[in-house]
Amino acid sequence: MDILAELVIALFLVVSGIFGLVGSFGMIKLRETMQRLHAPTKATTLGVGGVLIASMLYFVVVKGSFSFHELLITLFLFLTAPITANFIAKTFLQAHARESDLPSTERSHGWALFDDAPSEKPDA
Amino acid sequence: MLGRIFPHPLLSLTLTLVWLGLVNKLTPGNLVLGLVMGIVVPVMTAPYWPNRPRIRRPLRVVEYMLVVVWDILVANVQVAMIILFKRNENIHSKWISVPLDLTSAEAITVLAGTITMTPGTVSSMLSADGGSILVHALHTDDPDGVRDQIKARYERRLKEIFQ
Repeated sequence: MDILAELVIALFLVVSGIFGLVGSFGMIKLRETMQRLHAPTKATTLGVGGVLIASMLYFVVVKGSFSFHELLITLFLFLTAPITANFIAKTFLQAHARESDLPSTERSHGWALFDDAPSEKPDA
Repeated sequence: MLGRIFPHPLLSLTLTLVWLGLVNKLTPGNLVLGLVMGIVVPVMTAPYWPNRPRIRRPLRVVEYMLVVVWDILVANVQVAMIILFKRNENIHSKWISVPLDLTSAEAITVLAGTITMTPGTVSSMLSADGGSILVHALHTDDPDGVRDQIKARYERRLKEIFQ
């Protein structure tokens, strides 16, 4: 195995490990729920991304075969992570936020949690 | 005729590619199986996307993805610095209301996902009429600047893609 490839793969693994660690540390350090929500969205992007790049390089350079699974994992992560974060944020708002805590929508309607939708669909 | 077999060519292509990626081996048999999926699934699911948006400029999609990936890299480092080196009292988290010019549900979904994936901001809620989006910023002293950046950097590009 090429020593250079080994170094590059190790570099990606170490970088992603650091970002995963920082993300987890953020979960302990930050004080508010909404602030802590920022930590896991970070661990999924650079932390997991680094591991996936390292894995792809490993299969291309060492095994000599191309692996698509990492691309699919990236795709599914990018599809699911924002939705999870959105659910957590909205549940938190439902339980703890008052309408006066939030900025105005600058529209005729309030935020979806406190106001009913107009009868016609917004994108119609 | 071709339109009836492939009512949604992009979905057919995506399904075939995802299938090939899942089995991880490019053989004629897998390609045929993937194509069968790509033909059957869009026909079966057609009732679920009656008013699907057309993507006007496919090249802009590539540009948008590159911009977002770069922003994810930059913003990751910024947020890591905030977590490691800022004292909790000095982290100024703020709610920001971003008024939207986008109207299609798909475009707003992509924008909300983008806002969450670029760390430092998490999209939390829409207004009841879908005209504004509520964003939580981890640390900012300039909420208007964050709002303008979201509008200029992401929303403008999405408008070119979807409208």
